Amino acid sequence: MMGEHKKTVVAVAGLLWSIAAVFKQPRAVISEGRGMFSSEVLIKARGLTKKFGNFTAVNRIDFEVNKGECVGFLGPNGAGKTTTVRMIYCFLPLTEGELAVGGMSVTAQAREIKRIIGVAPQEDNLDPDFTVVKNLLVYARYFDIQKAEAEKRAVELLRFFQLEEKRDVVISELSTGMKRRLILARALINEPQILLLDEPTTGLDPQARRTVWEGVRALRRRGVTIILTTHYMDEAASLCDRLLIMDNSRIIEQGAPVELVKRHVGEDVLEMDNDENLLRALKKEFPSARFEVFGDRVHVFTDQPHGVFENFLAKFPSKNVTIRNANLEDVFLKLTGKGLRD
Amino acid sequence: MTKITDSPTRFAVPRLTYRVWNVWRRNLDVFMKTIRVNFFPSLIEPILYLLALGLGLGGFVQPIEGMPYVNFIAPALVAISIMYGSFFECTYASFVRMYFQKTFDAIIATPVSVEEVIAGELVWGATRAAINSTTVLAVIAAFGLVSSPLFLLVPLLAFLGGLLFSSIAMCFTAIAPNIDFFNYPAFLFVTPMFLLSGTFFPLSTLPSFVQTAAQVFLPLTHVVNLSRGLILGNVEASMLLGLVWIMAATFVFFVLSINLMKKRLIR
Repeated sequence: MMGEHKKTVVAVAGLLWSIAAVFKQPRAVISEGRGMFSSEVLIKARGLTKKFGNFTAVNRIDFEVNKGECVGFLGPNGAGKTTTVRMIYCFLPLTEGELAVGGMSVTAQAREIKRIIGVAPQEDNLDPDFTVVKNLLVYARYFDIQKAEAEKRAVELLRFFQLEEKRDVVISELSTGMKRRLILARALINEPQILLLDEPTTGLDPQARRTVWEGVRALRRRGVTIILTTHYMDEAASLCDRLLIMDNSRIIEQGAPVELVKRHVGEDVLEMDNDENLLRALKKEFPSARFEVFGDRVHVFTDQPHGVFENFLAKFPSKNVTIRNANLEDVFLKLTGKGLRD
Repeated sequence: MTKITDSPTRFAVPRLTYRVWNVWRRNLDVFMKTIRVNFFPSLIEPILYLLALGLGLGGFVQPIEGMPYVNFIAPALVAISIMYGSFFECTYASFVRMYFQKTFDAIIATPVSVEEVIAGELVWGATRAAINSTTVLAVIAAFGLVSSPLFLLVPLLAFLGGLLFSSIAMCFTAIAPNIDFFNYPAFLFVTPMFLLSGTFFPLSTLPSFVQTAAQVFLPLTHVVNLSRGLILGNVEASMLLGLVWIMAATFVFFVLSINLMKKRLIR
């Protein structure tokens, strides 16, 4: 028991130490701490539009990202999240509008922008011809990082993402979670100011997701500006300071996760079977409530404070009724509808 | 609303920096790692050709231009290795890196540009041609089939010719919907060159319009001529024309292939 405990302490201490070692961020950024963003705008989009032939993937969106912020693009498949991110790292040219990163225009200064950005794309594009460590070293070379410095960073990053033991293993032998972590490590090899994570945990098991999240949080604490896309609500809620919800190529809503929940779905949600009598009583009691049918269940949303549903249930006891906290998923479904997307 | 007027896929002579070498180095690193499987087969092949065609078939063939058949085909084998080395590198191998491995996408997210990625691939293809042909050169030298010190210039010729074949190959890669597509250029372009570029018999034995067509459309013709000139030591003024042809075509296809790839990769 004691031995186990000791091991954990050592592991945690080791992780903390390595986190401290990984980034030589300017002191000012570190002391800023979480939640206190400098007001410096790092990314600014105005009327940003991307068309592929006749299809408009991103339609005149405006947004800003401040230094040190973690901003999430949330939306169903095909909403335009990935396209937006790809324009930020100059992978896709804009069709219309303006997009500045670090005060530089993506159309004119792509090379300078790419120097300060780290990208973890959605798909696995690790180099299968190389081992784990060689992937980092070859990638460092594209940034003109000297060999000795690259090796130092590679060692630190492998430790940070717990990939030290896989150092000399070829990519095909890694698990999905390990590949994901290596992609993150690779995105950090140039010590970027901005980190772009396109669906960082899609397809990962819960353990691997947590590991990725821990890494993202650690980086956020170090003052790295992070933009991520996701369609996982828990991920968006727990990692992001601010969310931009996209649907049909536009940003339809934005705000802090808690704020969005409060604004759109209130505090409590009552879930029950689609029972007409109960429904009638509910509608009478809560005339301003919103009712949504999901299959054979009904979700009732109210903007009234905690506890109102409890009082109601005391008067109308019924089976199969749950009261829960409103969450981001409720917001998401309310704003983007229930239809399936592909 | 700001309209983006300067299209990033506009046709242009690419602006390249030293970063081309970072891409080239990546491919060299992979090559060095797999050198055993890459190197030995390319050593065996010319030996087989020399034995089968040079000594075997050659026994039934009368001397060509006053030399034994094996001496005639040896420089052609060098030229063929230039073509194969670069053409297949920038079709199948480049396509795998681009399409299946997404290696280009990964590199484009760094300060390296699309143009530099493709240029790096082309220069690497030329390097493969130089490596392969130098191997073949060593083999034919070991068989005593090299008769002029000018052979030292063959690696340079290989690099230049390799750059041409790489660039032509990359044009096909830029328009290839899938990897099987390369059957077309392999059978309709590479195989005719292999057989009809003055490789295994003098072009002069063919009808004159075929000769002209070979000189205009089959780059290998000029590479074979130059290779023969350097290895056998009979350099003629007419070969200079071939050299100019190769350099001009290299420039055209180098620029064209990078622009076609830009069109494919930048959406």
